[in-house]
Amino acid sequence: MENKSLISITDFSTEEILRILELAESFEKNPEPHLLDGKVVSTLFFEPSTRTRLSFESAVNRMGGRIIGFSDPNISSVSKGETLKDTIRIVSNYCDLIVMRHPLEGSSRYASEVATVPVVNAGDGANQHPTQTLLDMYSIKKTQGRLDNINIFMVGDLKYGRTVHSLLQAMSPFNPTFHFVSHPKLRLPDEYKTFLDSKGVKYYEHEQFNDLIPEADIIYMTRVQRERFSDLMEYEKTKDAYVLRNAMLDNAKPTMKILHPLPRINEINQDVDSNPKAYYFEQARNGVFARQAVISYVLGLKK
Amino acid sequence: MEKKELKVNAIKDGTVIDHIPSNDLFKVIRILNLDKIDSPVTFGTNLDSKKFGKKAIIKVSDKFFMDNEINKIALIAPEANLNIIRNYEVVEKRPVKLPASIKGICKCMNPKCITNSEPMTTKFDVVDSNPVALKCFYCGKVTDHEHIEII
Repeated sequence: MENKSLISITDFSTEEILRILELAESFEKNPEPHLLDGKVVSTLFFEPSTRTRLSFESAVNRMGGRIIGFSDPNISSVSKGETLKDTIRIVSNYCDLIVMRHPLEGSSRYASEVATVPVVNAGDGANQHPTQTLLDMYSIKKTQGRLDNINIFMVGDLKYGRTVHSLLQAMSPFNPTFHFVSHPKLRLPDEYKTFLDSKGVKYYEHEQFNDLIPEADIIYMTRVQRERFSDLMEYEKTKDAYVLRNAMLDNAKPTMKILHPLPRINEINQDVDSNPKAYYFEQARNGVFARQAVISYVLGLKK
Repeated sequence: MEKKELKVNAIKDGTVIDHIPSNDLFKVIRILNLDKIDSPVTFGTNLDSKKFGKKAIIKVSDKFFMDNEINKIALIAPEANLNIIRNYEVVEKRPVKLPASIKGICKCMNPKCITNSEPMTTKFDVVDSNPVALKCFYCGKVTDHEHIEII
């Protein structure tokens, strides 16, 4: 019998995504502290990501489950040269679910083929991070009261930002309007624009967004990494164009919320934090509920 | 003056693969493991083709390929034609057809794909057949025609 793993956001149908969001809402109200009694979840982090790992571990703990795992492959058999396949097959014997983060793309998909338990992808290289998308959607639904007809501004690194790519794909069935704001070098790649065209989703591209903020329901900020620019002077000149400051929010809609997949460096100024529109820390909290939903769903404990 | 033509000898029974781009002849030979079989193999390359410029042709005696074996060559020779020969007669002629998915024949061009670090078989979905574009089942990146590297 095939395990229901979550490797890519596209593994879930729209109905399943909506179901996960419903479950997240229910877990937020009632964590169900005995749902995972007797269950062991392994967190295999082949590259560090403290926040994601803690979020998953919190989700498991809140449901009464136990955790085993590692967050530093240097002290595990991986450094002895064991194949990923062997590691996964062996760990499958020790747990009921594998949560995995790995630097190589496709690693989680492969793990789901060789594991005898479900696998949840906590990030495979620059490829997928489906639970991030789910918590982003949960945050949108919670703050806007709906998923349909939302004006979403996506700002910063649209070329390499996997959370951006994943979120726009997952939101496309809900008739959104996207506004993509970035430096020309970091524009959304054509393949995603083609995708949006094929779904009849409206989008606009901009190089700055100050005047447009009143239109936004959601502003999704992402970090512009220095490493993406070969010309550092260009980076220095333009990085401030994509920084959100409190003064920019005066004419924003009262219901507008600012999201960020974190870590936030300087793209959201500290003076925004005390503005009620700053939602990024609550967004991270929503990650626990979304992950509770995913874990209980893939284990077949919730339908 | 009569034009002198290079002829590749006819075979009695077997398979003739025609319209292979000359540059790709040896890749086709490798994909089909023709460098390892026992039956006689004849081939010609840089032959004139009215349609395609320079072509190559392979004739394999006493060998008939299964669909799933032969269709792999559509990866690099999408215009190739198969002729099944019995008793010196062409009994069947058909173009190669790229299957919907490809296992194990070529590499993923993404250096960060797990398939390039782990001992495992590659797997692709064919997203375009001419020119060929393969989407890696694992990392999702598309390897296009120029970057196809046969394993």
